Amino acid sequence: MLTRRIIPCLDVTGGRVVKGQSFLNLRDAGDPVALAKFYYEQGADELAFLDITATVESRKTMASIIAELSKYVFMPLTVGGGIRTIADMREMLLSGADKVAINTAAVARPELITEGAIKFGSQCIVVAIDAKRSGEGKWVVRTHSATQASNLDAVEWAKKAAEMGAGELLVTSIDSDGHQKGYDNDLNRAISESVSIPLIASGGAGTPDHLYDALTVGKADAVLAASIFHYGTYSISQVKEFLARKGVAIRR
Amino acid sequence: MIAIIDYGAGNLRSVANAIALLGYDAKITSSPDDIVKADAVFLPGVGAAADTVSSLKAHGLDDALKEVIARETPFFAVCVGLQVLFEETEEGGGCQCLGLLPGKVRKLPAGVKVPHIGWNNVKNTRAHTLFNGIDDDSFFYFVHSYYVEPDLGTEVIGTTDYGLNFTSAIARGNLVATQFHPEKSGAAGLKMYDNFLKSAIRGN
Repeated sequence: MLTRRIIPCLDVTGGRVVKGQSFLNLRDAGDPVALAKFYYEQGADELAFLDITATVESRKTMASIIAELSKYVFMPLTVGGGIRTIADMREMLLSGADKVAINTAAVARPELITEGAIKFGSQCIVVAIDAKRSGEGKWVVRTHSATQASNLDAVEWAKKAAEMGAGELLVTSIDSDGHQKGYDNDLNRAISESVSIPLIASGGAGTPDHLYDALTVGKADAVLAASIFHYGTYSISQVKEFLARKGVAIRR
Repeated sequence: MIAIIDYGAGNLRSVANAIALLGYDAKITSSPDDIVKADAVFLPGVGAAADTVSSLKAHGLDDALKEVIARETPFFAVCVGLQVLFEETEEGGGCQCLGLLPGKVRKLPAGVKVPHIGWNNVKNTRAHTLFNGIDDDSFFYFVHSYYVEPDLGTEVIGTTDYGLNFTSAIARGNLVATQFHPEKSGAAGLKMYDNFLKSAIRGN
């Protein structure tokens, strides 16, 4: 049976893992290679790396981090942040990434999704959506690390991204991110029920119950979390044991 | 020499890293000459089938593949590498593959989320050295939208349930291929590559 995935997320800047709140107030959380090895040994199902600086230089740093850690870590790796072209995607895939996440560049030019899917296969192309609640059952897409508003409705954009060839959606609630009070499951469910590709829920994990809710109420196929793992609040195995006990299909 | 075929896409580094960790030297190459001379050949796969087929042909690798398979060189194909060995695929509105194995590649059915992404069980359906020391129903990592439907002449050695029961591992002589990614499947995947290399290189 296909299991639900638990994905620790490493936000990287200047070669270090950091974590913030609502995309601000960054705190240092460690060395990405050491953390990746640690999560691999703990039984994480996948790892996500987001280059939050998103410059040409930081992308090169990220590529070398991925190349180094993929010598020891034999699990799926998704890399995002500042990926704008097919050449950027290829650089990450050749470094050892399995999937690339695109966000701002996909909003600016949705054809990039299709071009990436034709070149590398849909399964390689993750469209990351940063969504901010704008009213009851309404979310608007923001870009450039959530600093700029777009005129896109998050659910409509998710549908379009899937049609254009995205293999997966990584949906982050800007309102919930870093607050550890739970995912925005209205948002997750609204998108998950509108598309036929997998959805990774992100933003707001504080307890194992929050992950359970995202996978059940939010209908997410995978959950991404940062703070609860980086600061040792919960281990991957604790979370997996909890979810398995509650009847969620989990790899152990 | 162990050759990892480089056709311009694919997760070559992960496959090379896995082989290196197991204590073997491998060469990433797009030279047909290297591939024909190799003691064992890996055809990795990340990508779209049509693009993979045309890249292989552009590098003159289709004939090299045909030759190593005909002369029974130990050969391991992964994911799209598995799919392109068959006759044709439904991907991209339909395209011809290399036709080195009989059978077709089909799209996963509606009713489940596609692509099939994540860790799923592989049922070992027929005894094979590839599965030595690996528990039945172990989890392996999948990421694909299409699956192979082999005709007679290819042994199905592993199956997986997702929307339907599909072929996830095959063998024919010294050729083995998996729909899942052993190089992304932790200890079980590394064990599978080790089993293959042991029998290919050390003859046991």
